[in-house]
Amino acid sequence: MKNIKYLLLRRVTQIGILILYFGANAYGWNILAGTFGSSLLFGTIPLADPYTTLQVLATGFVLGADVLLGALIIAFFYFVVGGRAFCSWVCPINMVTDLANWLRRKLKLDKDEVNYRFIKRNARYWIMVLGLIVSAVVGISAFEVLSPITIMQRGIIFGFGSGIAVILAIFLFDVFGVKNGWCGHLCPLGASYSLIGKASIIRVEHDHEACTACMECKVVCPENHVLHMINKKSIHVLDGECTNCGRCIDVCGDDALKFSIRNYLKK
Amino acid sequence: MANSDNNRRKFMATTLQSVGLTALGGLLWSGYTDEVKASPLVLRPPGAIKEDDFLTACIKCGLCAEACQNRETNLDRETGLPKAGTLKMAKGGDHKLIGTPYFIPTEVPCYMCEDIPCVPVCPSGALDQLSVSNDKGELDINKASMGLAVVHKESCIAYWGIQCDACYRACPLLGEAITIEMHRNERTGKHTFMLPIVNDNACTGCGLCEIACVTEKPAIFVLPNEVSKGVAGDHYVKGWDKKDQNRVQDAKEIETTTELSNQSSSDYLNSGDLY
Repeated sequence: MKNIKYLLLRRVTQIGILILYFGANAYGWNILAGTFGSSLLFGTIPLADPYTTLQVLATGFVLGADVLLGALIIAFFYFVVGGRAFCSWVCPINMVTDLANWLRRKLKLDKDEVNYRFIKRNARYWIMVLGLIVSAVVGISAFEVLSPITIMQRGIIFGFGSGIAVILAIFLFDVFGVKNGWCGHLCPLGASYSLIGKASIIRVEHDHEACTACMECKVVCPENHVLHMINKKSIHVLDGECTNCGRCIDVCGDDALKFSIRNYLKK
Repeated sequence: MANSDNNRRKFMATTLQSVGLTALGGLLWSGYTDEVKASPLVLRPPGAIKEDDFLTACIKCGLCAEACQNRETNLDRETGLPKAGTLKMAKGGDHKLIGTPYFIPTEVPCYMCEDIPCVPVCPSGALDQLSVSNDKGELDINKASMGLAVVHKESCIAYWGIQCDACYRACPLLGEAITIEMHRNERTGKHTFMLPIVNDNACTGCGLCEIACVTEKPAIFVLPNEVSKGVAGDHYVKGWDKKDQNRVQDAKEIETTTELSNQSSSDYLNSGDLY
């Protein structure tokens, strides 16, 4: 039980949030309504996705104040809990790509010779900027027309239609194509949360003294380049690409990893 | 020296590659995005701004559709659960911009709720509350213009001379949006044609007429404003309308001359091609 604590917590959070969104439409619940693009918490507090908001602003449309305020609230929230905490604790696609990842490990597809690394991890930042440029040129939010995240979320709330194909495509790409292909290489939304995460407060801390260099954490980590300090230095994982998923903490048998408040003074 | 030269070459090549691939991606992405937004035959919720701007502004949150589905008037009397609402969220395969709200009158028309639950919840400004408010700032659904009902007179049985006023009776703006025009039926010599006429200034495009229509495929149907309405243009002025006359109050006279060709006019009179 101990070694799946954060995994369980995350699944409960992810599914719980989806149930709240689903109930808002199906039963008129007033807790969390809307979709990730823009939501309403308890019927009063506006929430909005910062990258979606930026895309609409890039088109030149002057958005309603509710969306702007909502984007600020969300940006601040993830500044506290770790930028890409969205990716591992909220985003429904995470469940799809985690399943793909698990399957890769079971099918022994993780070896270098079957992992097609034809995309670099920083491609997502290019895509993020490109999304804003395309939004400005074409005049509609470009990522939103193909975002598997909101397609999956709306699918659960309102029905999938043929949108399910996009989810399946991402699953296949992650299993048979690039390891962590979507979340770790392409997703511009994750990239935007990475930028917030660069400065965020709650981070994973590594204790070099306790570490026995078993490297279990690196096997399970979806962004394992962020764990460069393992068995080297006792510091926080400061890379914004860390999703704060806590899997490394779960699998660590030496208590060498834990969540803690980042120390801004010590460099 | 050779090594640093190599490094520079490699750096230049990677930069060029990244820029090139980004440009390629951008072109494909732009093309795709531009293609998916082209769907003129779609009815939007009340208060929706002009279709082009609507596609830009809508943040695809679905709050309007949720408000529509969960309005008090939509609860099933027996189970207490909401029925299917008017507004749907476009999903893959609907061939409309994905995630945007729309409705199909023959499935569920807009019932024109007086409190318009779908509009005030819009956070982005895609649904404009002012456009469905009266001068006192109160919500007024009769101001909505979601589309315009159009009658296809060849399939409308009232135009055949059969007595039917289903659309007229179903219209929430009874006697305003659809009026009945009477004409003598010369074929029988003793009956009246009672023809439904849609009045653009009152019709909101709710679609209640379309679902009420008795023909196999409705002879009256709602089309979006962009496709159902013509534009006369600025240069036509209603000389009998004081307000319209004001538009040309300050107009200056411009004299233009068109040179006529004597040759062509005489040719066409003599060529025998008049009919």
